[in-house]
Amino acid sequence: MAEISINGSSYQVDDDRTILSAASELGYDIPTLCHHSVISDCGACRVCLIENKKSGNLMPSCTTKVADGMVIETENKRLRRARKTVIELLLSDHPNDCMTCEADGNCELQDLAYEFGIDEPPYGGFKEEPRFTIERDNPFIEHDPDKCILCGRCTRVDQEVQCSDAIEFVERGFAAKVGAALKKDLGDEDSSCVFCGQCVEICPTGALSYAPSLGEGREYQLKKTETTCGYCGVGCKLELKSRNNKVVGAGSIYRDNLPNPDGEACVKGRFGYEFIDHPDRLTKPLIKDKESGEFKETDWEEALDYVADNFRRIKRDHGAEAFGALCSARCSNEENYLIQKLMRASIGTHTIDHCARL
Amino acid sequence: MAKVSSPRDLEQYQKQAKAARDKIETFITMCGGTGCEGSGCREVIKEMDEKLAEKNLQESISLKVTGCQGFCEKGPLMVIRPAGNFYCNIQPDDVEEIIEKTVLKGESISRLEYQDPETEEKILKEEDIPFYQNQERLVFKNNGYISPTRIEDYFSVDGYSGLVEALFNMSQEEVIEEVVNSGLRGRGGGGFPTGQKWKLTYQEDSDPKYVICNSDEGDPGAYMDRSILEGNPHLVLEGMMIGAYAIGASQGFIYVRAEYPLAVKHINIAIEQAREWGLLGENILGSGFSFEVEIMEGAGAFICGEETALMASIEGKRGMPRPKPPFPATSGLWGQPTNINNVETLGNVPLIIKNGADWFNSIGTENSKGSKIFSLVGKVNNTGLIEVPMGITLREIVFDVGGGIPGGKEVKAVQSGGPSGGCIPKDLLDIPVDFDRLSEVGSIMGSGGLVVMDEDTCMVDVAKFFLDFTQDESCGECPPCRIGTRRMLEILNRITSGEGQEGDIELLERLGEDIIDTSLCGLGQTAPNPVISTIQYFKDEYEAHIYDKACPAGVCQDLIYYNIIEEECRACDRCRRVCPVEAIEGEPGGDPYILYDDICIRCGNCIEECPFSAIEIVPGQKE
Repeated sequence: MAEISINGSSYQVDDDRTILSAASELGYDIPTLCHHSVISDCGACRVCLIENKKSGNLMPSCTTKVADGMVIETENKRLRRARKTVIELLLSDHPNDCMTCEADGNCELQDLAYEFGIDEPPYGGFKEEPRFTIERDNPFIEHDPDKCILCGRCTRVDQEVQCSDAIEFVERGFAAKVGAALKKDLGDEDSSCVFCGQCVEICPTGALSYAPSLGEGREYQLKKTETTCGYCGVGCKLELKSRNNKVVGAGSIYRDNLPNPDGEACVKGRFGYEFIDHPDRLTKPLIKDKESGEFKETDWEEALDYVADNFRRIKRDHGAEAFGALCSARCSNEENYLIQKLMRASIGTHTIDHCARL
Repeated sequence: MAKVSSPRDLEQYQKQAKAARDKIETFITMCGGTGCEGSGCREVIKEMDEKLAEKNLQESISLKVTGCQGFCEKGPLMVIRPAGNFYCNIQPDDVEEIIEKTVLKGESISRLEYQDPETEEKILKEEDIPFYQNQERLVFKNNGYISPTRIEDYFSVDGYSGLVEALFNMSQEEVIEEVVNSGLRGRGGGGFPTGQKWKLTYQEDSDPKYVICNSDEGDPGAYMDRSILEGNPHLVLEGMMIGAYAIGASQGFIYVRAEYPLAVKHINIAIEQAREWGLLGENILGSGFSFEVEIMEGAGAFICGEETALMASIEGKRGMPRPKPPFPATSGLWGQPTNINNVETLGNVPLIIKNGADWFNSIGTENSKGSKIFSLVGKVNNTGLIEVPMGITLREIVFDVGGGIPGGKEVKAVQSGGPSGGCIPKDLLDIPVDFDRLSEVGSIMGSGGLVVMDEDTCMVDVAKFFLDFTQDESCGECPPCRIGTRRMLEILNRITSGEGQEGDIELLERLGEDIIDTSLCGLGQTAPNPVISTIQYFKDEYEAHIYDKACPAGVCQDLIYYNIIEEECRACDRCRRVCPVEAIEGEPGGDPYILYDDICIRCGNCIEECPFSAIEIVPGQKE
């Protein structure tokens, strides 16, 4: 245990913790940008600085461990000025287009600008002319380096959680940006990107967005439904985002004890939701007309009666073993459960399979 | 191949090497450092080799190509020993005469002797030249005597005796204690006490530990470390081995810039030789201590001189720094305790172990011991590498070692510490060179860059130069450095182009302070120093740029104009002829010429060409 003083009050805390985690738990509010719970900390954004009263230095609270006898302040005039300058500098290299930005309302930079009351950065205002081009050569992820604050959350989740090593900082200094191998697109043949989308999820600004979700609604306009991905047996938790009863995205859920606690997903789980609202999707039962050979729309009552009658006939004439069921990942888990229940309990067969096993 | 397998063996080889050296009647030491290479020493060496062979003199006369001897201004240069004749600016054509007259007959050649820029007096002997006289050459001591590619030469100057002393007569704690007592502080810029660093790494209970020699010297115009590696690589290797023994490491890395091909070559040869002679590898000299070393070549990023970025680079990652703590002593390379020292620091170590802490301690000031190597450049007569005792004043460096300012100009300031340092005005030139005093006046010791500036230097322009460098070399990781230095540079560009506004100085100061306060690593934390220190001492120049739209030093092109002094102009037409943009008009032999400011691009051709000094630079913008 270490005894530390935060803003004049003394506490006993575990000595293996960072100042940020210890102070946050004790109720102190330290702003952050490059910190995220599922990745390592790098101390790069300089927003979570605290003042070490003994050395007089400002230190990043996310990477500095507590130490016995430490005396720190998380809030004072110097820190406010330091943090404000950092945010002003970030804004001075950021377009002032929150009105049309995809990330409006879901942007940590926007929140900090609001919190620190910044009208206009005092270094020539906001970014007027873009310095980079928007990268959108693949169907899944759009990257606008002009909105990037180089917090490195995307590169770390890519390297530490997904282990794809698809993106890293490229170039130096003011020209630095996040990029894929050989300065090509994420979808290029040299790219190891698997389009898991975790970089988009973790991006604190509008620099990374889901291409299929563009223009489909801001975060606060979307209804969120927690669900389990049906594509395979892992059972990843996803947060389906919908607007006007249409699914427009699949977000991550960060929670312990899930099969994907760090918000992981694969390209299917993340982007394969289009079928839900696809025009080819059957929404009414069809029965084949024996004479014309064509399917005709009908109501559920007739359709179910038709199926039940035939099930009964087949079971009577050929026995339960004549049945087999193949269910689909695109059905919900509840539906999958019900089909096997139906097969086992009322038909009496164990011949059941699922596409995720194939 | 001979192997050194015990201290006695080493002593034997040292004796042999000395005897072999003493047998030679005359040896000519020719500087083969990169500076002299640039001035053409290779052709002179080739000529000398051929002539000696032609005259059948190779037996009695030995030509030794050494590392940098420091006086780069005068290269190619040589010293004929033991007489000590010093010749400079040698051309291949001079070789025949040198051999015939000086080497064989002992006559001197006045043309090749050094001429004092002040007194214009010719000086024959190396030791009488003020440039050398006022130095204290400890680390550089043998640079002018030994061939860096021959381990025997290093033996001949008691090389590796420090290692023997450490391995056989001292415990690890005693070695550390000796370095602590010597007061040696890091020469790479930080000035952290070296012994303290060793102690911290030694105390860590973890295996393996690493030592790293930081040779990623990157300050513009600085080449101290390069010259040590080029001229005396075994010294650095020996220092590293002593450090490794003290902290308990058996693997070392030398991180050296790929842009230093000669240094890379020489250190590679030295490692190879040390390995062959049994001075690297398993059970060195039978002491039980094993050590191996690997060279990593940097890819040209200035930031990789920062220790944590350097280690990331060795690990194969992008060279970006990380916050400290944890310090490398606790968690360094691959998370293991790592001791990282600069080349010059390690070069001091064998000397301290051989001669004792008290000897080292006796040189320098209270908190800065020993000597410091500087690269003395800028507006000074004797540019080159100098090694001076700590505590020497800047004035002594500029005027005694440096030989004063060329062209009878006044000194204006001295910039120390490279892009991380500050400008020290002439009123403060009497302060001693000392870690603490330099930082008190707003600069730093740094790794050893010393740029002398005369009255024609614009301090806003100087600040802009250094900031342009740092903002370009920023890794881009943290916003204050990445964006902040860029914004400061934009403001400076505005000021020097005549668009400075009221409030710019305050904005620079404020932003500079915040960048220092909030940046992640040493690069950002020091990048504003050149700006802050020039505002501190030369605020009037900033004000002249902003409010009077004038550059008092006559440097910033948008804030000066050229003027033809009517009384001086003889209408000779020469200026008109060299003007690339036809900004000058006049009839030969007629009225004084006219210069059109709106066309003039201030290239300076006319000023250089005018035989009557009739064209002047006027600070300000023409009405």
